[in-house]
This record gives sequence, structure tokens and C-alpha cells, in this order.
Amino acid sequence: MTRPTAMALEYFLVSYRRTWRGTIFSAFVTPVLFLLAMGKTVGTYIDARGGLEVAYLDYIAPGVLASTGLQIGIFEGSFAVYSAFHWSRCYHAMRVSPLSPSNILGGHLSYAMLRVALSATGFVLVMTAFGSIHSATGVLALPVAVGVGASVTPLVFAYSAVISTEGLFAVLFRFVMVPMSLFAGVFFPVDAMPAPARVLAYLSPLWHGVELCRAATLATSTAWGVPVHAGYLLLWSVAGFLIARRVFVRKLTD
Amino acid sequence: MSEGEPLIEARRLVKRFGDFVAVDGIDVAVRAGEVFGFLGPNGAGKSSAMRMIGCISPPSGGSLRILGLDPVADGPAIRARLGVCPQRDSLDDDLTVIENLTVYARYFGLPRKIVRQRAAELLEFVRLSERALDRVEPLSGGMKRRLTIARALVNEPDIVLLDEPTTGLDPQARHLVWERLFRLKQRGVTQVITTHYMDEAEQLCDRLVVMDHGRIVAEGAPRDLIERFSTREVVELRFGDSPLESVIAKLDGVGQRLERLPDRILVYAEDGDTAAAEVQRRRLVPTSVLVRRSSLEDVFLHLTGRTLVD
Repeated sequence: MTRPTAMALEYFLVSYRRTWRGTIFSAFVTPVLFLLAMGKTVGTYIDARGGLEVAYLDYIAPGVLASTGLQIGIFEGSFAVYSAFHWSRCYHAMRVSPLSPSNILGGHLSYAMLRVALSATGFVLVMTAFGSIHSATGVLALPVAVGVGASVTPLVFAYSAVISTEGLFAVLFRFVMVPMSLFAGVFFPVDAMPAPARVLAYLSPLWHGVELCRAATLATSTAWGVPVHAGYLLLWSVAGFLIARRVFVRKLTD
Repeated sequence: MSEGEPLIEARRLVKRFGDFVAVDGIDVAVRAGEVFGFLGPNGAGKSSAMRMIGCISPPSGGSLRILGLDPVADGPAIRARLGVCPQRDSLDDDLTVIENLTVYARYFGLPRKIVRQRAAELLEFVRLSERALDRVEPLSGGMKRRLTIARALVNEPDIVLLDEPTTGLDPQARHLVWERLFRLKQRGVTQVITTHYMDEAEQLCDRLVVMDHGRIVAEGAPRDLIERFSTREVVELRFGDSPLESVIAKLDGVGQRLERLPDRILVYAEDGDTAAAEVQRRRLVPTSVLVRRSSLEDVFLHLTGRTLVD
């Protein structure tokens, strides 16, 4: 990270000093509630019918971890970015300093990734407490969750930069985030879906993240091999960053 | 950069947004230590010119040199030596007053120790030391503007750019801002100010350009402009609800020049009292008569046929 980018990141860290307590709380409480309700309770019914090789709790936990990476990334890239352009206008404050649009994007994205990493860490710790991590390779689920965040967050930054009203976030949440969270293999194998839906799942970065996370915590193999899944996440991250950088340069230069 | 070279030099500078020409070939030279103003109504192109000088808006044509550097190639290097007080506040309401300064100073790569020391001095300068640890959100408009000015000074800039520094402030807050800017001028800090307030331009600027529709229509020191384009005094006549067309016909020959506004008639004269007496001699009965000195507002009215502030 270049020094100007680090200075942009510093701003977001200083702001975070005001809100970190709440985020730490939700980083632990949200996974506990989720794993109790979906994993333990719903899991009792599913496990009674058999069909999965592991307990339902242990099956969905890595999936929900990957999905947490997705959701925190989208969250940090949506209203926060829109506000930085239109409400707090902190990007405009940075823009008149020596910082360039790329520095500003890089600093804010780094912060978003730190937030993803923090929430993912909380989730992994809770999973450990629930006994859902079956192997030492489970540690690798953490970078994968960050990778899922990295694959979508730059594009969400670009989206937030171009929309003219915050009402359009509903479109992003309802038509991208929620369907992806539900149908990308977090709660049931994508094989259970008809072919067209399966293709959509394969295209979503989340499914690749779920495959990797599950392989890490259960010490199993992935559908298409680790390099393919990891490469797919990387492709989205790099392409997303390049698109976001173009958009930021255009939006912060008139 | 050689000695005596202007800090800012624009030649035939143009800014276009699609078909719209915001700045239409202006020539400007700002020298070290002077306070230079862009005066004009909203939409005259002042802010566009300012944003080009601030190196966040590349020129569409002409040439621009700032501190001897090219704003397109050397943007970050130039911005490191500018202090910018933008028209719209970009303070962080959730941070404290001092955090707003320190975090901003870090964008310039200043070490923490220097940042802390400078932030304290600047808060003293803008009279906000007592609010240092308070959040920004509840501060008054005047305090926020002063904090923005302090923020613009945090890198000890060679040039301070102030875009409409007192727009939206109440009179008392404006005077405090003016007083601080005057102190800054005394310290020899070069300032570029845009404003649509003629009193602000008269008070602060050593030299200014009057802009209208993206062009410079006049340039000079405020007093010179008034002498060149207006008379020494002005008589403002109001006639209640009476139609002004019938009145203005009867005023023919009074003073050197007449100007009819929607609500009043302006009589330009070297001696306002003599002109006012002549009005009375012609048996006209204005509801109010005000004799005042000419201002930049009159210069603008004369040059463009319109008032500055609608």
C-alpha cells in the first residue's frame, strides 16, 4: 500500500473508533444466532432425515461464513461510499489534498476488507466454539471469506459511486445480495436446483467461496479444484477494482 | 519557478462541460502575497475557474501554470502546496473538531507530532480552541466555516483558495471570517477568493476580476474599478407602487447616468446630495431617498446590466 493510500485508510480507521464496539458485538452475536437457529434447530430436522455426510450445522457454517464476507463487503461498499460522495463528502475533502482518486478508493477498500476480516474472524471463533471446524485447514476459511468480500466489494463501490439516489440500493440488496445468499450453495447443494439456476450459482462468486470454505473447515475436496475457485474470486476482485478505479477517477474529476 | 513569476498564470483558459462553456478564455495572473478575487453572479464560471486552479478539474483549453507547475501532470505536487476552503462543507460531523484537522493533515503526509502542534495553533487562530474536543455536528455555520479555513491552512500552503467563504453565514459570522482572512493576508499568505458579495470583494481583495458568462468583463483594484466604471456617489430612489417608467422620463438629465431596477431607480452622480436636490426641484416625491458611495455592485450593474445578487 502506498503512503497516500495508507493516509486515506487512516481516516476510515479514525471514524471506526466511534463505532467499533457495535461491530465487534454483531461480529459474534450474529453468527451465534444464525448457527443456533439454522444449524442447531433446523439442523435437527434435516439430520433426522439423513442425506448429508456431516451434521447440517457443520455443513452450513462455512457457507454462512463465506456469505458473511459477501454481506459485510456489500454493506461497507454501499451506504458508506454513497455518503462519502454525497453526505459526509469526505471523498471531496480528500480530493483537494494530494490524495488521488485511486488513493481514495484504495484506502476505503482496504478499510472495507479489514471490516470483512474482522467479522470473518468473529465467525470462525464462534464456529470453533460450536465444534464446526473439523480440521486445521479451517484457518484457511478466513482468507477465503475475505476473498469473497474482495470479489464483490469493488463492484459495489463502483455501483454506489454511479447511482444518483440511495433508493437504488434496494435493487442491489433484493436482486443481488439476497438471491446470491440463498441460492449459491450456502444452505443446500446447488445440485438440488434446476440447470439454469445452477448456472447462475456457478457464475456467482459466492458459490466458489462456499466451496472453498467448506473444503477448508471439513477437510474435503472442492467441486472444481481450489485453483479454479480461487482464480475465479481473484478475477472478480481485479476486474472489480479496475472498474471501480475508472468510475472513481471519473466521478472525482470534473 | 523564477522570482517574480506569478504563482498562478492562466492564459485563454477554457472549461467546457459538453456544449456548455463555463469558463470562456480567461487570462489571470496572481502574484505572491496578494489577495485576488473572482467576482460574479452564480453561474459566472468562478467556481469552475477555482476548481481548475485547485487541480481537480482539468482545463478544456488554454494554458494554466500553478507554482510554475502543470496542474494536469503535477496535480498531487501542486495540491500539496494549496489550501482549499470549498464552497460546500466537507467536514466530518461525527469526528471532533481537532480530529477533523489532524486526519486531514495526515493526507499531506505530515508527521503526527507536527500535526498535533499545528492543529492546536490553528484552532487558536480561528478561535475554536475551546471546542477542540467537541463533535463538529452541533457547531454553528460560522464555526464550521472557520474550521474549514483552519483545515485549509494545515499544510502551511503557498496559496489558499476560498470558494465563497462567507456564503450562507449571518453578518456577525461573516465579519469574524473576514477578520481572520485579513490577518492571514497580513502574514503574507496569497489568497484567491470567489464571491458574489461586492462588499466581501471590496473588503478583502487587492485585485479582482469581474466575471460574467464565463468571461472577464473588468479587472483591477476594487477602488479603481469603481472610479473607472461608476460615479463617486449613487442616489437610490424608491417610489412605492408607482410605475417607474413614468418617473424615469422626468429624471432625464439628473446626474450622469440613470439605471432602472425593478424596485428602484439609481442616479449616478459625483455629488449625490446635489442630484437628490434636483429630484426634489422637479417635484418628484420618492418614498425613500438614499445617497451612498458607489460600490462594485454598481460596477457590475454598469458592465452587465444586471445585479449580482438576485
